[in-house]
Amino acid sequence: MGEMQELTTFWFVTIAAIKVVAVFTVLMVVVAYMTLAERRVSAFIQDRLGPNRVGPFGLLQPIADGIKNIIKEETMPGTAAKFYFVLGPALAIMPAVVTIAVIPFAAPLPTPVGTVDMVVADVPIGVLYILALSSLAVYGVVLSGWASNNKYAFLGGLRASAQMISYEVALGLSLIAVLLLVGNVTLTEAVWRQQQLGLWFVFPLSLAFIFFLISALAETNRLPFDMPEAESELITGYHTEYSAMKFSMFFIAEYAHVVTASALLATLFLGGWDIPFWTGDDIFRHESGWIRGFDEAGAPIPATPSVLITLLTLAAFSVKTGFFLLLYIWIRWTLPRFRYDQVMHLGWKVLLPSSLGYIMLIAGTMLVLDQLGIPFGILYGGVLTVVSGITTLAFLFFVDRDRVIAGAHRRRVARSPAADADALGLDC
Amino acid sequence: MTDALFVLFAVVSVGGAVGVVTGRSPVASLLFMVATLASLAGIYVLLEAHFLAAIQVLVYAGAIMVLFLFVIMLLNLGHDYRADLRFGSWSLLSVVVVGLTASVLVQGITGSEADAFGGHLADPAAAAAIDLAVAEKGAVGAIADPLFTDYVVAFEVIGLLLLVAIVAAVVLAKPRGRSEDA
Repeated sequence: MGEMQELTTFWFVTIAAIKVVAVFTVLMVVVAYMTLAERRVSAFIQDRLGPNRVGPFGLLQPIADGIKNIIKEETMPGTAAKFYFVLGPALAIMPAVVTIAVIPFAAPLPTPVGTVDMVVADVPIGVLYILALSSLAVYGVVLSGWASNNKYAFLGGLRASAQMISYEVALGLSLIAVLLLVGNVTLTEAVWRQQQLGLWFVFPLSLAFIFFLISALAETNRLPFDMPEAESELITGYHTEYSAMKFSMFFIAEYAHVVTASALLATLFLGGWDIPFWTGDDIFRHESGWIRGFDEAGAPIPATPSVLITLLTLAAFSVKTGFFLLLYIWIRWTLPRFRYDQVMHLGWKVLLPSSLGYIMLIAGTMLVLDQLGIPFGILYGGVLTVVSGITTLAFLFFVDRDRVIAGAHRRRVARSPAADADALGLDC
Repeated sequence: MTDALFVLFAVVSVGGAVGVVTGRSPVASLLFMVATLASLAGIYVLLEAHFLAAIQVLVYAGAIMVLFLFVIMLLNLGHDYRADLRFGSWSLLSVVVVGLTASVLVQGITGSEADAFGGHLADPAAAAAIDLAVAEKGAVGAIADPLFTDYVVAFEVIGLLLLVAIVAAVVLAKPRGRSEDA
């Protein structure tokens, strides 16, 4: 039952091509509907209706926007560096659409020609591939800011380069705690290890999750970290001079980054395609074939891929990714933008040292647990959850410094008429 | 297929390297440099050195070159730099270095495969050992394991060297005459 039937080269290439087309199509559709969801959700948050005229509930709005952007006139500033001005949007969109390739989106699918991994490319460097390619995304932003020959666009480009380098460090360091627990860098193995632990990594690595979420927000240039755009300061930053489809490409790139970041968050911290409270979907490629886990004696238990489980796990993955997509929109329309120096302060003076300390803590805890001979399972995860939970509470307590938790209390005191009058400098 | 990809990456990397020194604006030179670094990463992947390729793109193309771009733009180095170039007796040294490098390369390409690079490339035992390490420990573990056990002293010394370089950069960048109050 657990035997592995390898694909022949012909079928491998054919199925890889099908997966590439399918994943790209889904990504583009999700990106299109992210733009609509963003406008609708922001409208609900601000007690408006949002675009609801084109099709039922406004569902055809992305198509209308697409047609508009294609037939709109392309403008080219007279003083722009023309080659780089055109190159900019292309460089911005390319890394954004290829990073999704390494994310596993469902359990392996059995087909008549062999079992197919539900990931476009399970490369041995896994998450490093995403980091490497998304680090190239900044070129598009910086070059278009510079090539526009506009000081607002230029400032936006400069901010983008500084911000993305700063938060790449925090992003990478917050990942190390995850990689320590996984023991490898491939994302299929990350999902497998979470199934083995019996706990999603969001619990044993709660602080790493918070750091990763913040750094991912900054890397995707979303509010409250949208320094390169910052409408209130820089018009629209690096894409001030762009119009029509070139302008649209920056948006496709941004939303594609958001989708990849959400899928990555779901994979690393919410168990990827794992269905909670059920071990029937656990499956991993092992030397002896597909396995579900190891029994008491350490012998592998075989597993059988099934179409139903693939569909169920795909649904689980979509729900988790959808949650993070909604969270991204929610955060954007709830929090105000940081000041630029606050962004740099948070990245270098808070996230960098804290995540370094957290790596030491997690590595030390794991060393102690391994020395005590505790097997990788629910007890192992439980101890890490307690350690991380205490650290997370301590971190939030010290970073907060009374500004939010005690803040409400102070505001209530200050709302008394005497305090109001005092604040306004009036005589009662 | 692999040969075709190798030719593509090789042409782009050499063409990019030529572009770096002949480019008219600093930004163009920098983009050529990025193209060279990226195609070198492609060649690493063809050699199945996936980790090295990822780090090449992540560190060099994605971080260091972005800092270069940042500095070029911040200082707006748009003027023609050719006037700044001076050809003194130092240019003779560059001819010597280029000649030596070229002779080593020619020897490596034309010589028998067993002689090239001390015979490491043609040693089947070494290749098998690397394959085994990758299968056992993963692409990262195969490099990390020897790095942090057998070569940990060298690793730490390089770390120290980089720290010295950082301190030196901070000292150099400090405004002069105000070192007392800083």
